Amino acid sequence: MLDFEKPVLELENKIVELRKVSSNDSGMNISEEIDRMQNKIQRLLVSTYSKLTPAQRVKVARHPQRPHFKDYVEQMIEDFTPLAGDRQFGEDEALIGGIGRFEGQSVVIMGHEKGRETNERIRHNFGMARPEGYRKAQRLMRMAEQFDLPIISLVDTAGAYPGLGAEERGQSEAIARSIETCLSVETPFISVIIGEGGSGGAIAIAAADKVFMLEHSVYSVISPEGCASILWRSADYAQDASSALKLTSEDMLKLGLIDDIIKEPMGGAHRQAEKTIKRTQTKILESLRELKALPRDKLLEQREQKFLDMGRNL
Amino acid sequence: MNWISNYIRPKIQSIVGEQKDVPDNLWHKCPECDGMIFHRELQENMHVCHHCNYHMIIPVLDRLDILFDGATWTRVSLPAVAEDPLKFKDKKKYTDRLKDSRTKTKEKDAIIVAEGRIGGVHTIVAAFNFKFMGGSMGAAVGEGIVTAAELAVSKKAPLIIVPASGGARMQEGALSLMQMPRTIIATKRVKEAGLPYLVLLTHPTTGGVSASFAMVGDIHLAEPGATIGFAGKRVIQETIREELPDDFQTSEYLVEHGMVDRVVERKNLNSEIGTILSILTKQDEPAESESGNTKASASTTKSKGKKTKSKKSKGETGNVKNFETAQKAKQIKKASSAAKPKAGQRVASARK
Ligand SMILES: [Zn+2]
Ligand SMILES: [Zn+2]
Repeated sequence: MLDFEKPVLELENKIVELRKVSSNDSGMNISEEIDRMQNKIQRLLVSTYSKLTPAQRVKVARHPQRPHFKDYVEQMIEDFTPLAGDRQFGEDEALIGGIGRFEGQSVVIMGHEKGRETNERIRHNFGMARPEGYRKAQRLMRMAEQFDLPIISLVDTAGAYPGLGAEERGQSEAIARSIETCLSVETPFISVIIGEGGSGGAIAIAAADKVFMLEHSVYSVISPEGCASILWRSADYAQDASSALKLTSEDMLKLGLIDDIIKEPMGGAHRQAEKTIKRTQTKILESLRELKALPRDKLLEQREQKFLDMGRNL
Repeated sequence: MNWISNYIRPKIQSIVGEQKDVPDNLWHKCPECDGMIFHRELQENMHVCHHCNYHMIIPVLDRLDILFDGATWTRVSLPAVAEDPLKFKDKKKYTDRLKDSRTKTKEKDAIIVAEGRIGGVHTIVAAFNFKFMGGSMGAAVGEGIVTAAELAVSKKAPLIIVPASGGARMQEGALSLMQMPRTIIATKRVKEAGLPYLVLLTHPTTGGVSASFAMVGDIHLAEPGATIGFAGKRVIQETIREELPDDFQTSEYLVEHGMVDRVVERKNLNSEIGTILSILTKQDEPAESESGNTKASASTTKSKGKKTKSKKSKGETGNVKNFETAQKAKQIKKASSAAKPKAGQRVASARK
């Protein structure tokens, strides 16, 4: 539960209770009361969500009920065929992907999956990928290029996994090579930050032609907690770090580091997953049309130039 | 400096037990073996402990001196970048941290780009300055690497990057994160031009720096005992709650795990890199028409010495990537042995 949503949740619970009571007593007319409460919820959501602090954004971005990679795939992709393995060491379910059809077009889609239930979360390693995940991503991107399929990547990770095995098997190299592959494949490439865009683990699959952020997603070089414990010498300053890091979608757009923002339904993606995914789908489709119209060599040149220009006009 | 300040003072301090802040760095204590090293001695020994061979962090200007032939190099000026675009403030303002580092190091930011010769080969080097905010990579460092790479391509020279960095510069937020793709694009262009891109990994190379340009070189060299890795040791320990091996994330560990080609002692860097560059750029290859490249042989006749030949000859440098060209030329040569040089020339220009 998000602390700042508490008044909203209380009202929602009241509505549920009222409905229960009224179903037992058919003589009671509660619809007016419910309408009144629902209006109040809307007003509360508008006022809360129009002035979320960066630290609150981080919480929304990490909300467990926020639509995840699998939800997007289920709603957006037909004939999704998951593909597994890096062909070198193993399969990493923190970063998953495959082939399928998006609005009738064959595509490669990949992204981080955090999982929701405890056992799922463990299976997906909380969305924190190991080298195998990034090497599988490279494999999928190369495949996309080979068959001339556009690439869609959905980013949602706290960061790459900090583990002994990950280091042993070259986490740095895997991420670096994955970025290099992003910047080498001659096929339209769209990336959406759907939740957390955590550092190297995120950019590894997000050096794309177009990078969009969902309104309440965040994108950062380090977690606010990590930043606070280094620069403020205490994780208690995570709120200050959240503000200082300029990690919101508005900040990122202002800095010219992303291409556009996808508005979330009122009250955040976790309240209306289907609507959120629909909007994302529309945005991807629109952008894909533009990219497909470009000659391939121009595409790569533009992609590189976009990144090279970053920060040059601030 | 006199003998009193050189000798007596440290001695007194060691008696009083205050050598922690020896004022003008006259003595250094080896962090590995605790041995005391006289400052001049340390410098003469390239900042390597003569007791235990521990490679200390070497000041960036000294670094460039030991890398280039005859300690001769020229600095490449770097473009200015936006300062503090985030208006970042933690306990201290970022602008103040920058100011402090600039006063302390007399440098604008954490990277120096230089050109000169290594093993006779004209080479571009981008070296990190760890003393400047821990060598952290923000827009200025990224722009330095982009500049170095562009210069390498335009001069057809190899590129060497020498990271010494804790990672991305947090005070520049996601802008520092974007230096990962930016530096990768830069180094990719060097490789695509058929020019050698070497990384010399030094202590430390971690975080966003190790996970970008530093791990995509044609050849990875590392100094002994350097820490090289993605995640910090402490973070890993907190995550896995296990003991880490003693040599975890060292240069030697990375060789063992297939990520680094060679560990090279500091004193051997110039000669080893020189050899590598001259092999990759085919500096000492006999220039007669075995390769079928008339450009190369033409330039040989012009050159005076063995070394000058290879250094400036455009044909030779252009030859770097064209093993294929050479092969094709050979075939053509076989087909029409009469028009040997012409065939070579045609192939060479067709590749351009
Ligand atoms: Zn000294
Ligand atoms: Zn020592």
